[in-house]
Amino acid sequence: MHIMEGFLPSPWWQIWFIVAIPFLVLGLYQLKKLFAEKRETIPLLAVAGAFVFVLSSLKLPSVTGSCSHPTGTGLSAILFGPFITSILALIVLIYQAIFLAHGGLTTLGANVFSMGIAGPVVAYALYMAGKKASLNTFVNVFIAATVADLFTYVVTAGQLALAFPAAEGGVMASFTAFLAIFAITQVPLAIIEGVIIALVFKYIIDVRPDILVKLNVLTQNTVNRIREAAA
Amino acid sequence: MKYKAEIIAGIVILAFAIIFLVTNASIQQNLAEGEEAWGGADGQAADIIESGGYEPWFSPVWEPPSGEIESLFFSLQAAIGALIIGYFFGYYRSRQAAT
Repeated sequence: MHIMEGFLPSPWWQIWFIVAIPFLVLGLYQLKKLFAEKRETIPLLAVAGAFVFVLSSLKLPSVTGSCSHPTGTGLSAILFGPFITSILALIVLIYQAIFLAHGGLTTLGANVFSMGIAGPVVAYALYMAGKKASLNTFVNVFIAATVADLFTYVVTAGQLALAFPAAEGGVMASFTAFLAIFAITQVPLAIIEGVIIALVFKYIIDVRPDILVKLNVLTQNTVNRIREAAA
Repeated sequence: MKYKAEIIAGIVILAFAIIFLVTNASIQQNLAEGEEAWGGADGQAADIIESGGYEPWFSPVWEPPSGEIESLFFSLQAAIGALIIGYFFGYYRSRQAAT
C-alpha cells in the first residue's frame, strides 16, 4: 500500500522527489546501455516488469485483519539491479496513481523511493552477499525478495513518521504506530512474494540460464550444478 | 527432487489461506454491525493521520467511480502483466525445444 494522494505535506513530498530523481536518471542511463549492449535480455526485462505489475495489483488479506499488496520488485532487482528496477516501479506507480487513485502523483517521489529504490537496493545487496557466501541460490533469492518487500513498507512507515511525528513521543512513536500498520500486515505477504519469486527464478534458470550468466546473476558453475540437481 | 520448489510454494500458499480463514472467522464474530473488516493498510494509516487534524492538500485527479470499476483496473493491471510473463516464457520454452 502506497502513501495516499495529498498525504505528504510540504516540504516532504518535494524532498522525496529530489531524493528519487538521481536514482531514476541512473536507471534510465543503465537501461539505455542495456538496450544497446545486451538486447537479448530485453524479454527478461519485460517479464520482470510484468511481474511487478501482477504482484502489485493483488491486494491480499493478512493476519492483522487488513489488506496490503506485495511489490514484486525483488525479481528485477536481482536480475537488473536496483536502478533499472526504480524505472519499472515508476511505471507501475504512475498507472496506479492515474487509473486507480491508489498512491498518488504528489506522493510519487516518496513511493518510488520506498518501492523502487529502498526495497530493491536491499534485495540486490542481500542477493550479492548471499552469492558471495555461496548460499543456495533459491534460498538466497527467497531471502532477498522477502526482505526487500518488508523493507519497502518499513520505509513507507518511516516516511509517514517523519512527516507526521506524534504529539507525544515524536517521530519514534509515530514510526512504531505506522510500522504496526504497514510492516506487520506485510510479513505474510512478503513470505509469499519470496516463495513465488524463487519459483519464477527456477523457471528462468530452466529456459534461459545463458542470460542469467550474461547479467552476472549466476556463474556458469552454479547453473551447471542446479541443472544437474534438477535432472 | 524435481518439484521441490513447487511443493514448497503450494504449502506456503495453503498455510496462508488457512490462516486467513481462521482469522476471518474470529474477526467476523467480533465485528459490530455495519463495520467492515479487511480494509486497506493505507486507509488505516490515513485514519491515524486525519485523527491528528491533517487535511490532505491534494486529491486524486481521477478516482474510479465505483468499487467495480476499481477492480476492473486492478484486474486489467494483473492481466497485462500475466500476458507478458506467459508470452515470453512460452517463447523461451519453445525456442529451447526447437534447438
